[in-house]
Amino acid sequence: MASNDTPAAPGFMGWLNKRLPVQQFVREQLLEYYAPKNFNVWYFFGSLALVVLVMQLFTGIFLTMFYKVGDTSAFDSVEYIMREVDYGWLIRYLHSTGASAFFVVIYLHMYRALMYGSYKTPRELLWLFGMFIYLALMAEAFMGYVLPWGNMSYWAAQVIINLFSTIPVVGPSLVEWIRGDYGVADATVDRFFALHVVAIPLILLLLVALHLVALRQVGSNNPDGIEIKEKRGADGRPIDGIPFHPYYTVKDVVGIGVFLTVFAIVAFFVPTLGGLFLEEANFEPANPLSTPEPIAPSWYFTPYYAILRAVPNQRLGALLLLIAVLAFFFLPWLDRSPVKSVRYRGLLFKFFLGLFTVSFLTLMYLGMKPATGAYVTAARLAAAGYFAFFLLMPWYSRADRTKPVPERVRFHA
Amino acid sequence: MRNAVLAVMVLGAAQLLRPALSAEEAHHPLDWENWHAGNEVTNTDSLQRGARNFNNYCSACHSLKYLRYSRMAKDLKIPTEQLKAHLMPPSATPADYMQSSLQSADAIAWFGKEPPDLSLIARSRGPDKVYRFLKTFYLDPSRPTRANNLVLNNPAMPPVLSALEGVKAAVYTTTKSTVDGKIVETKVFDHFDTVVPGSMSAEEFDGFVRDTVNFLDYAGEPAQADRRSIGVWVVLFLLTFTWIALLLKKEYWKDVH
Repeated sequence: MASNDTPAAPGFMGWLNKRLPVQQFVREQLLEYYAPKNFNVWYFFGSLALVVLVMQLFTGIFLTMFYKVGDTSAFDSVEYIMREVDYGWLIRYLHSTGASAFFVVIYLHMYRALMYGSYKTPRELLWLFGMFIYLALMAEAFMGYVLPWGNMSYWAAQVIINLFSTIPVVGPSLVEWIRGDYGVADATVDRFFALHVVAIPLILLLLVALHLVALRQVGSNNPDGIEIKEKRGADGRPIDGIPFHPYYTVKDVVGIGVFLTVFAIVAFFVPTLGGLFLEEANFEPANPLSTPEPIAPSWYFTPYYAILRAVPNQRLGALLLLIAVLAFFFLPWLDRSPVKSVRYRGLLFKFFLGLFTVSFLTLMYLGMKPATGAYVTAARLAAAGYFAFFLLMPWYSRADRTKPVPERVRFHA
Repeated sequence: MRNAVLAVMVLGAAQLLRPALSAEEAHHPLDWENWHAGNEVTNTDSLQRGARNFNNYCSACHSLKYLRYSRMAKDLKIPTEQLKAHLMPPSATPADYMQSSLQSADAIAWFGKEPPDLSLIARSRGPDKVYRFLKTFYLDPSRPTRANNLVLNNPAMPPVLSALEGVKAAVYTTTKSTVDGKIVETKVFDHFDTVVPGSMSAEEFDGFVRDTVNFLDYAGEPAQADRRSIGVWVVLFLLTFTWIALLLKKEYWKDVH
């Protein structure tokens, strides 16, 4: 190891570095870690996801100090936080806005990977870790949504847990096992609390660590989809790479500033965002006798919810929902294109990526609407577009007329 | 925003139809579904009047169980003597939550259900809907309370504000349409006629309801005025921070070619 060969520096840092490889870590991971110089605005969302994760952990810890788990105390304790705890409203709004912001950032981060082929070899494992983070995040968000024990919390829990009842043979007993009762009840909110504040955050942190180690191993992709490690200068450094620190640290701080500004505008001025981030029905306590109309999950789940409701058979709908989520996992092997970035792909890929984009956003909108008449027809069309992107990918990615990829990344200072 | 777009479209359509309608007086049904409460939670005078209205007309049956008298007095700049003299039952202390004195057994016997707590009514229904509810009670002799409501059909709540507003009768227009060869008559609400005038003029009553709804909006989220005023400084700080960060980034990136 390099640090062991060098004579120990004097002072505290010398003492420390002999016992903990601080200097070595900073040098290897930041100063001598070369990232492509042509990152565009899409490359902010990775570091932003980390920022949101830390913010959620921090605000979440403060919320647990005042939140009282249980079906008779949860709702009251949230109002206690909103009214009686000093700046409790701020902590709660940062956490509730943060939940939605997490999905905004993660969806854009994933979309970046779709556009620039970041899931393609050699980044398959990086992509899979990312997808497991996405799954863990969905579980985390769903359980967190149940904790305030508002009426929409209750009914969303009812609908989503019931999806498991469509599993053949074990379904009904599985649902009972998840709820811990014959209906969504005290036992359900108690265990969701344990999972939301301990189990899933631990899993998330582990997955994020693996995601970052895998990223460090293969290096970042870039908007041109060119491997910068393959073009090295006389000094052995990638010609199109720049040290992560200081260049990308100062750049990411700008991204964080812009993000936090938008975030603060929402959290301080429109924390409910017209019912999108905090639903009106959730300001009523959970009531098993009063069903909100329509029951809609949070906006980040509505694309899948629209797919579920587009199918008349519930079991088939749940299966399609599962496939819709899991389809992302298979992208590295569905994509047969010789190029990574959309910049050098042909019209076919551009068409299907556009179709996917429109379908996903349409499904997101339809998931918030009642499942009637023209809405269902539209949801079926959009679901077809969604699945076509994945299922036809082995064909169109190969048949596509790609453009030649340049030797060096495109960059204009 | 959607309402604004809709309004522009409706106005545009109205412009096109004008020549056709000008011959006879254009008829407009009461557009109650688009009424807005026009809330201003920073208007302390309005909130104080709303607190008075709530105390005089609502608090006998409805609680605000998440709001303390003292918190309300502090936020609404009501002196403690006035709070104790006018806005609190004698048995309560300022640190108490605002409970109603109605017993739940009595409530069920009289109204068939317990009147809901109103702490979060403006959040769960939206202030506009509460405003429309309070302004659209009308005479309906078939009901035990002799009143019905356009927002909430067959409400358990009696028309407690009718002494102020007066008693209104609903006037309907009847449209005939043919469904499966049969003529079907549908009644569509058109407007209200005042049957018995109240103690307030229409404008006074409207102000009364707006103040009350404004107060309920405050009660739904007492920190909202603070939230906005702090938010301005937070956003200004972040904009400055981002600007400085951008200058720093540009300085560093001068080397990158």
